[in-house]
Amino acid sequence: MSIGVVIFPGSNCDRDVRWATEGCLDLPTRFLWHEDQDLSGLDAVVLPGGFSYGDYLRCGAIARFAPVLQALVDFAAKGGRVLGICNGFQVLTELGLLPGALTRNQNLHFICEDAALAVASSRTPWLRHQSVGSEIVLPIAHGEGRYQCSEDTLKQLQDDDAIALRYCNNPNGSIADIAGITNASGNVLGLMPHPERACDPKIGGVDGQGFLRALIA
Amino acid sequence: MPRFQARVLVNLRPSVLDPAGEATRAAAVRLGVDGVSRLRIGKAVELELEAPDEQEARRRLELLSDRLLANPVIENWSLELQQS
Repeated sequence: MSIGVVIFPGSNCDRDVRWATEGCLDLPTRFLWHEDQDLSGLDAVVLPGGFSYGDYLRCGAIARFAPVLQALVDFAAKGGRVLGICNGFQVLTELGLLPGALTRNQNLHFICEDAALAVASSRTPWLRHQSVGSEIVLPIAHGEGRYQCSEDTLKQLQDDDAIALRYCNNPNGSIADIAGITNASGNVLGLMPHPERACDPKIGGVDGQGFLRALIA
Repeated sequence: MPRFQARVLVNLRPSVLDPAGEATRAAAVRLGVDGVSRLRIGKAVELELEAPDEQEARRRLELLSDRLLANPVIENWSLELQQS
């Protein structure tokens, strides 16, 4: 039982994630270099925040071609749990594991603050222990977090009960206040807020713990 | 092998808000340039490539534009191609 945390050139939350999973929650964790293709022995993979490959062209656009992600597509198809946080969420949309795209914040600001979030679905393992409508607080830190998708895709997300989290006070202009979504089967979650930054009571609450526990639960 | 020059123009789809374009439009007003009713910012990608013929060059560039240079969820693209 182990968690893999991918490191792309330009990732900067990889050690924070490992501190949260291993240091705070005692979950076995190892790093995966972006050129690795061996995901054997892993129950879950985290794509951390940062600026993969400099975020050149578009956020996540170049990371999509990393060898580790070609292996991740098979891993996810077999039901392995995949958590994409912030830049990791952007990568998952570029990769096609999640629909839609993340675009420039409506107010053009890089927003770095605590965000109140409403649990929109408790269907998936990530939020199984939360009731729909309950509120949690997680830090956000992004310049391109405005979730965009077509109306057809939005309807599909609603029909699939795949909207996981919504902002209580939409900070970036995301369609339908969306902060995080899952795939239809629920094993892949992408979200802009940072659960790994809310796992230690000494530095900002523990509302993120459930997301990371769900990697191996 | 023939050489080609190409330019791929990538633009946000009309339905996608362009806050950077709006901010630039507001700056145009402050500069004293009147009458700018719409300003959208995209990207221009200039390429040179070798290919056996124009049809094959176009095929490669269309693949590249659709799969890498633009994200069809939020962007449209167009291609200008000429033999050099």
